[in-house]
Amino acid sequence: MTMAGCSLLRSATGDERVFGLADYESAIARWCPGCGDHSVLSSTQRLLSEEQLAPETTVFVSGIGCSSRFPHYVRTYGFHGIHGRALPIATGIKLHRPELDVFVVMGDGDCVSIGAGHWIHATRYNIDMVALLLDNNIYGLTKMQTSPTTPQGYASNTQPRGSYLPALNPLEATLGITNASFVAQTAEWIPAHLFATLREAYRHRGFSFVRILQRCPKYTAPLFEEGVKNPDVTELLIHDDGILLPGLEDVYEHQTWHDPKDMDAARRLAEEDGRVRLGVFFRDESRPRYEEMRQLPAMAAEERVDLLEKELDRYAV
Amino acid sequence: MTETATRETRGRTADGAAPAPVRCDQHTVEVVSDSGEGAQKCGQIFGTVSAKMGNGVWTVEIIPAEIEPPPRIPAGASGNRIRLGSGPVTNWGDETNVVVAFNEQALLGRHRLNALADDATILIESHWKDHPDEDIRRAWKNAMAELGTRDYRIVEVPMEERCLEVIEDTRRGKNMFVLGMLCWIYDRDLQLARDQIAHVFRKKSDAIVEKNHELLDLGWGWAADNLGFRFDVPPRPTDREMVVMNGNQAVALGAVAAGMELAAMYPITPATSVSHQLGEMFERFGGIVHQAEDEIAAAGVAIGASYSGKVAFTITSGPGMALKTEFLGLAIMTETPLVVVDVQRGGPSTGLPTKVEQSDLLAAIYGQPGDAPHVVMAPATIEECFHAMVTARRIAEALRTVVIVLTDANLATGVQPFPRPEPEVAWMAPPPDQSPIPEGERPYEWDPRTGLSRRFVPGQPDGMYTATGLAHDEASRVAYDPDIHQRSSSMRSRKLAVLHSMLSPPGIYGEKEGDLLVVGWGSTKGAIEEAVDRAREEGLSVSSLNITFLSPLEPGLKEIFERFDRVMTVEINYSDEPGAPYITRQNRRYGQLAWLLRARTLVDVDCWTRVIGEPLRPGKILEAIRARAEKGGEG
Repeated sequence: MTMAGCSLLRSATGDERVFGLADYESAIARWCPGCGDHSVLSSTQRLLSEEQLAPETTVFVSGIGCSSRFPHYVRTYGFHGIHGRALPIATGIKLHRPELDVFVVMGDGDCVSIGAGHWIHATRYNIDMVALLLDNNIYGLTKMQTSPTTPQGYASNTQPRGSYLPALNPLEATLGITNASFVAQTAEWIPAHLFATLREAYRHRGFSFVRILQRCPKYTAPLFEEGVKNPDVTELLIHDDGILLPGLEDVYEHQTWHDPKDMDAARRLAEEDGRVRLGVFFRDESRPRYEEMRQLPAMAAEERVDLLEKELDRYAV
Repeated sequence: MTETATRETRGRTADGAAPAPVRCDQHTVEVVSDSGEGAQKCGQIFGTVSAKMGNGVWTVEIIPAEIEPPPRIPAGASGNRIRLGSGPVTNWGDETNVVVAFNEQALLGRHRLNALADDATILIESHWKDHPDEDIRRAWKNAMAELGTRDYRIVEVPMEERCLEVIEDTRRGKNMFVLGMLCWIYDRDLQLARDQIAHVFRKKSDAIVEKNHELLDLGWGWAADNLGFRFDVPPRPTDREMVVMNGNQAVALGAVAAGMELAAMYPITPATSVSHQLGEMFERFGGIVHQAEDEIAAAGVAIGASYSGKVAFTITSGPGMALKTEFLGLAIMTETPLVVVDVQRGGPSTGLPTKVEQSDLLAAIYGQPGDAPHVVMAPATIEECFHAMVTARRIAEALRTVVIVLTDANLATGVQPFPRPEPEVAWMAPPPDQSPIPEGERPYEWDPRTGLSRRFVPGQPDGMYTATGLAHDEASRVAYDPDIHQRSSSMRSRKLAVLHSMLSPPGIYGEKEGDLLVVGWGSTKGAIEEAVDRAREEGLSVSSLNITFLSPLEPGLKEIFERFDRVMTVEINYSDEPGAPYITRQNRRYGQLAWLLRARTLVDVDCWTRVIGEPLRPGKILEAIRARAEKGGEG
């Protein structure tokens, strides 16, 4: 973080710029005080700086919801889309411009409710991008309606007697999708873990799905209280190929050595049993990536015209 | 029920000479079979050979609703309908003059749709007549009785019997025998037919091509020995280089000619074949057909692609348009260029998936909640389907907006020769601009007069901004200030006025003033003009015009309309019939273009529309013209 705060530097050739945190700062975030999104934003900007991503070749895509304001607060290209549809937009960007670094920011309503179909298929396409599910277990922007990840029994404005059904488990679901290649979970209140997870996700070649447990101080504060205050309910999944954070051992005693290659174990660990498990559940870089398979060499306009003439010959009478 | 059909088994004149052909300016022939028997291939080859000889041709597919319907049912008729002309053929015409049917049930299907002229010549496979199955024999008898109510000339042809001399499976081969018969009846160039067969079956073995040639000769020979009639539609060869294809192929080739490199779609009839064509072409041209998980995602992928580079497009039909609506609003709000092709079919809902309709016009223009100004255009011919893609891509880019191209099932499956396009590098989208953005320039630097602004593309240094569907200012900052929304709305709308200022008034077909002006849009152009020609021959004072740009509407319409006593649209969508119960001048629902024209010109525009699942026949349009001429309007 030595470059933090330094401004954009350009060498004479223009290709030796160094990007500091400030280079990724844009509008002042307007989330509520205490909202977990602030933490995700900070860690993401730190990631951009550490990985030295050029702002002009980085794109943040979002849907609609509190967390979907994210692109406005990062000084890169951005596309703040429509509810549930961030992933198709991101897919289009990567298919056309695979060299761009794409991050997708979605809320729980966005990703696992209205956009659930896209979530399944984007996982299967396995296009190289980072997909962040900022999961606060509630619809916040529209003021407290039950989301698919709201725990059973938790009251909201639409289900005042408590959510009727067991919460959907995004990790289990993602791990069940054919061709999933990277599935992780982290929590915004553990910045070191959050950052390490984002970095693993970014470095993974493929569709990196990260569920970020995220506090909503306004509507779901009680749901996260225990997790934040009591380290005993948290279990870290650690591995050489996953996340190893020596500094956290003292705080989080429950640690499980989990090889991210082991899908069966990943699925077992993803099951709900009262523990909050954080870490890389699954990673497999050998899975096919759609955008790579679809890449065809660009053709100059003159060549295209020639080829089109040949094509028209086939229809000539 | 009286049996009035004449049965002919041998048609030779008494002295054994070949009959003199009946000369016709145009003639319509169709070939129908059960699905999978190859009538379509037969019709396609016949149409292509005719086009190559210099005839005007308009071919349409006859498509059953199911992929493989049960055999021998009227609804299962599958095949091709080919209208031949000495001059150019601009539409599918009226009733069929010659029909070849592989069984009497497929024939009944056509008969019951009133597809056949009263004096049509029918060539029918005869082996069902004495079939071992009693039910089939009875069905044959009943069918003949039903057909006997018309003055058809019915010729029984022992197709099965003759084909068995050459092949074992007559389901694969009878079509080439039929092709041979048709080639004799219309005196087609047999060598051209052989070449076309070899081309169509180029991926099959030589043995298969040879068998098909043998069957072709067999059909020709049988016809020569047995038929007592021939038709002559003399071709008029032209020096112009021509190509022949259907509208969906033209859209695909046009997209490539426009330099577009990404099409996102979800399978939907009758649009899907564009992606078949493109998928194959893009493999060679460099490009992607992305079959998305749904219609919504297809729109999203196209928008994401356009946002990050060259203009992309999506292809769909009515139900898919409905699903894409929210995304279209986003593209318009973020000023992301996008081309959308809507191959219209019958609606609402699933409607008539394989049949033509022009019912998406108002939804295409006004279907997006909020004020969402964008361009809607409609090619009228298969040739225009090609060029519309080049135009649409350019307009989308220049105006930073959505361009919807409305074609329809008639254009999609119609096959017609047209002058070969001469593609140019200038038609192609240039590579996306990656130059740095000058300091201080904003992503929506609207020119206050035109509303136009420069599009920033990811990769351009110092252009970083976040496109948003929320109300925003010039810097794309989210803004709820009432002044900003008012200003940005007017900027997005202004772009349409700029386009309008660049359009020419539509040309008038016929005299520039008169009693009646018929106004159409899209694929009805050819049929309307043919009806107008016939009406003028009858002494009626009728002209027509076709509108290509529907949003913004082309200029000069009011001035043109005022030179006619009456103006009437002809469209393939629904309108209430004047005089029907409860229908009054106050509540009558008009055809969709008629609504637009009434609102835009304040002229009392009448309409005549039909939604019977087929292209309009010029003869029917002529009847409507006559009725309006006599009655003097809707009264």
